[in-house]
Amino acid sequence: MSRQRKNYEETKQYHFLQWLFGKEDYLNGHIEMKEEEEEEIIEDTAQFSDEVQRKRIYERLYNLDKNREMKFFNKIYAVVSVLFCLCFIGIMLLAVSYLPRFGEASNPDNNEVSERYIEKGQEETGAVNIVTGMILDYRAFDTFGESNVLFIAACCVTILLRTDYSKKSKEQKKILRAQNEDRNYEPKNDVILQKVAFFLVPLILIFGIYVILNGHLSPGGGFSGGAIMGAGLILYLNAYGFAKTERFFTSKTYKVITVGALSFYCLAKSYSFFTGANHLHSIISAGTPGKIISAGLILPLNICVGLVVTCTMYSFYALFRKGGY
Amino acid sequence: MLGTSVFTNYEEVTAVILFAIGFSTLLLHKNLIRKIIGMNIMDTAIYLFLASKGYISGRAAPIITNGVMETEAYINPVPSGLVLTGIVVSVSVTALMLSLTIRLYRRYHTLNLDEIAILSRKGGK
Amino acid sequence: MELVKILLLLFLIVCAIAVSFTKGMLTTVITYTSYSLVMSIIWILLESPDLAITEAAVGAGVTGVLFFITMKKIEGIDEEQEEDEDEQTEKKL
Repeated sequence: MSRQRKNYEETKQYHFLQWLFGKEDYLNGHIEMKEEEEEEIIEDTAQFSDEVQRKRIYERLYNLDKNREMKFFNKIYAVVSVLFCLCFIGIMLLAVSYLPRFGEASNPDNNEVSERYIEKGQEETGAVNIVTGMILDYRAFDTFGESNVLFIAACCVTILLRTDYSKKSKEQKKILRAQNEDRNYEPKNDVILQKVAFFLVPLILIFGIYVILNGHLSPGGGFSGGAIMGAGLILYLNAYGFAKTERFFTSKTYKVITVGALSFYCLAKSYSFFTGANHLHSIISAGTPGKIISAGLILPLNICVGLVVTCTMYSFYALFRKGGY
Repeated sequence: MLGTSVFTNYEEVTAVILFAIGFSTLLLHKNLIRKIIGMNIMDTAIYLFLASKGYISGRAAPIITNGVMETEAYINPVPSGLVLTGIVVSVSVTALMLSLTIRLYRRYHTLNLDEIAILSRKGGK
Repeated sequence: MELVKILLLLFLIVCAIAVSFTKGMLTTVITYTSYSLVMSIIWILLESPDLAITEAAVGAGVTGVLFFITMKKIEGIDEEQEEDEDEQTEKKL
């Protein structure tokens, strides 16, 4: 035993155990070795975790001031994109040069479809404005899909920007409210703005209602009238603040109006499926063209589209501004 | 090589040039809001092209006046109807993209798309 | 009439290029709004008044307002961040 202990530091087992626990390299002194050049970095990697190492690599990679390849790539990218756009202009001008002349009646797109719309449009739909008669009678499902696009866009903006107060504690609610209260950054209750809005808002709203109601008689219709009314509401909100608008327009109002208008539109147009999917012959008569109450379903559908557009425009603004309404 | 219509179809030529300008704005700028404006310019260029296809010189807007219902009196109403739907869809798309921009800014505190890409790669796993 | 139309179309191109080269986001958005207004005049020249009304209300009105409110929101976020940083430095001191 004593002899073994004396020679123990020279035995292979001792060296193996030392190597196993990382105290000594068994190969040290036994083979020819080069000195390790980047000893510091190895120590660093041993000390820091992988996170830090990766961050260091990314910093070196994305240091845009020093990374020459990145600079070169950006220059090449700009040149290539400008060249691409110039080529695009050239090719498309070549295509345009072989198009028929502008404003000729014999152009191929003035075919029997538009002739039919113009000749029979007033007779079949009762609308004086042929465009409105087209988009709300012949192509009513197209317009229905588009109103749904507006509704879905408003839903997506709500998902993205709405601040949720329900799951927060009272202090968090206070902080959130203070963050969203962006009236702090603007003059409160500006007198000039309020007086101008006092005169302008009723005029804008009445003009919007006029454009919607006369959609089948004059230029305009649900989309333009709705946008005008939405702009009027936005002006009112800007002048008087959320406290006044929330008395008549909350998220519940938005839901009721939009879903009601869309489902009325859907039901009114789906009715044609029961009459043999030929919606041109509805039970509502076309009336005399030129009167306000005429043109069958076009007037109520115009009002529906106008309501959807008004509420959507206002809710876009309110969501961007405050994150709720 | 070129046809003769380039020198008469001003609307179409302008639409092509506007589309290319909008596209280069989309490609070259790193600011997100300018990218969105570039996309809106592309939208309006397409609408200009479509509406100019329906125009017939010397004819009136498609609103029936004095009971005249002949094809020779009015322009083509079909492109107007198409563009009308397009304009309203483009505003909803703009609103959606702007709300995404606000969310990105809240997280990364920059509007530069390259910086956002770098930051997301640095922060993510 | 032809001359007016060409001038308006040239104005459109100039506005579209100016969007790329102006400094400051506010100028860019105002340039875009004027672009939309000129576009609505061109719709009238192309005999489609429906489009003109819609473009004037939507393109020049609501879209411009949405851009402005986005920029305002972004400035608000910046100011909040600065306030937070100030509070943190005060706590450290």
